[in-house]
Amino acid sequence: MSHPVLRVQGLGHRFEGARDGAWAVREAGFELHPGEVLAIVGESGSGKSTLLNCIAGRLAPAEGQVLYRCRDDREIDVHRVGERERRELSRTEWGFVEQQAHEGLRMNVSAGANVGERLMGQGERRYAALRDTATRWLARVELDPARLDDSPREFSGGMRQRLQIARNLVTRPRLVLMDEPTSGLDVSVQARLLDLIRLLVGRLHLSAIVVTHDLGVARLLAHRTLVMRQGRIVEQGLTDRVFDDPQHPYTQLLVSSVVSA
Amino acid sequence: MNGYNFAYLDEGTKRMIRRALLKAVAVPGHQVPFGSREMPLAYGWGTGGIQVTAAVIGQADVLKVIDQGSDDTTNAVNIRRFFARTTGGRTTERTAEATIIQTRHRIPERPLTEAQILVYQVPQPEPLYKLEARRRETLKLHAFAEYGLMNVKLYEDIAQWGRIDTTYDYPVLVNGRYVMSPSPIPSFDNPKMHRMPALQLFGAGREKRLYAIPPWTDVKSLDFDDHPFRIEPQGHACALCGCTASYLDEILMEDGRTQWTCSDTDHCREQQENRA
Repeated sequence: MSHPVLRVQGLGHRFEGARDGAWAVREAGFELHPGEVLAIVGESGSGKSTLLNCIAGRLAPAEGQVLYRCRDDREIDVHRVGERERRELSRTEWGFVEQQAHEGLRMNVSAGANVGERLMGQGERRYAALRDTATRWLARVELDPARLDDSPREFSGGMRQRLQIARNLVTRPRLVLMDEPTSGLDVSVQARLLDLIRLLVGRLHLSAIVVTHDLGVARLLAHRTLVMRQGRIVEQGLTDRVFDDPQHPYTQLLVSSVVSA
Repeated sequence: MNGYNFAYLDEGTKRMIRRALLKAVAVPGHQVPFGSREMPLAYGWGTGGIQVTAAVIGQADVLKVIDQGSDDTTNAVNIRRFFARTTGGRTTERTAEATIIQTRHRIPERPLTEAQILVYQVPQPEPLYKLEARRRETLKLHAFAEYGLMNVKLYEDIAQWGRIDTTYDYPVLVNGRYVMSPSPIPSFDNPKMHRMPALQLFGAGREKRLYAIPPWTDVKSLDFDDHPFRIEPQGHACALCGCTASYLDEILMEDGRTQWTCSDTDHCREQQENRA
């Protein structure tokens, strides 16, 4: 079996000023293998996003480690390396899809410039090549390539989310972190976006972590699911097993409280 | 002038500015913070440039001040008079005679020498400002030389206008390291900054930043391989001196017609004298 691409060990985070003993995340640990999609589910305030931000290097955890195995097979401690290296990782080997597309996009430049930014950051200085790549990526995320020079402000929520995905995947990252990528979209748009994400993740052999409060999203995308409650991981396992045969009382409650149409 | 120190600023302030300038020269193109003082002039009128000039000017210096290439606009006249009164030193309108030239929006046409200092008035020192408004973030982008964002702006120009549409304050890479705003000079002047024999100092009063290009430093205008930086020819000759190689201003005449003349008035005078 291949080495895990990501190992999270004993991760804990407490926000400054939180009352004694209140941890946003406590003793979180898991591994992520190449090509694997992991869902983190739980109610609001359960620490999902905090955990994701710690993994992404955006928050410095109070304890524990995040170990990432790079393309060149070096394993690095994300919070031990310097900020320069961490930033480089996050714009080359990683992608981050924000819940609010406008936070992950540059809203005052065109769709093409949004897709090209990471490439330019890696030193691409040929305008024609940038446009070619951006055009191809728009098509891949099922956006009309004719809208290359349009502003994302003119895009609908679903289109913006697609653009954000293209912008992240253009440099072929190995690990993509997604924070509620489909919430805030209407149901039919959600379904198409989920299909697209599933397709791209499979085709590009990405490893991904998807934070979601929607069990349907986890069921559809994730190989494995991790259930969080009050900052702790209460259950983790294969997605089908977790949802069909939940062990922890909280997971049982979560699964049984899904409203089915 | 009684009660005022030489060149208006007190010696402690001048020393502080000189220290910042030394640092700026040592790290070409890097913005150095400094304690900008209240000057007897509104922000936006050259308070940064004046403070730099005040810190470097000496008894033997000859000062020239230009605004848009001209020695006789309000801003230029007032700053020149300010230093004439506070230093008692000589001023000039001739580029060749000056040892310090304070400028707004132009570089003189006549090539400068190692014996001269060019002081720029800078409204916005941060070249990334329009794309990334958070100062904390731009500091990091500079520190880690993450300049992909700068090309996003140029990309956007070409996508929208078919060419790089930035015609002034065109960003440059200094000494292969820092991306720098050249202040709102026309891109026509950018090539003059490259390996210039004179010391170039930049002062932004409101933004409290100084930066510098030491003599003979590489200054490259940013571009794409397949859309290289170039100067758009203006397609006119100066109506007064006939020069076709200088930067021209379009002047509206009383009868409603327009006339193109050299923006650098001293250069225009020299050309006319040479012709006569």
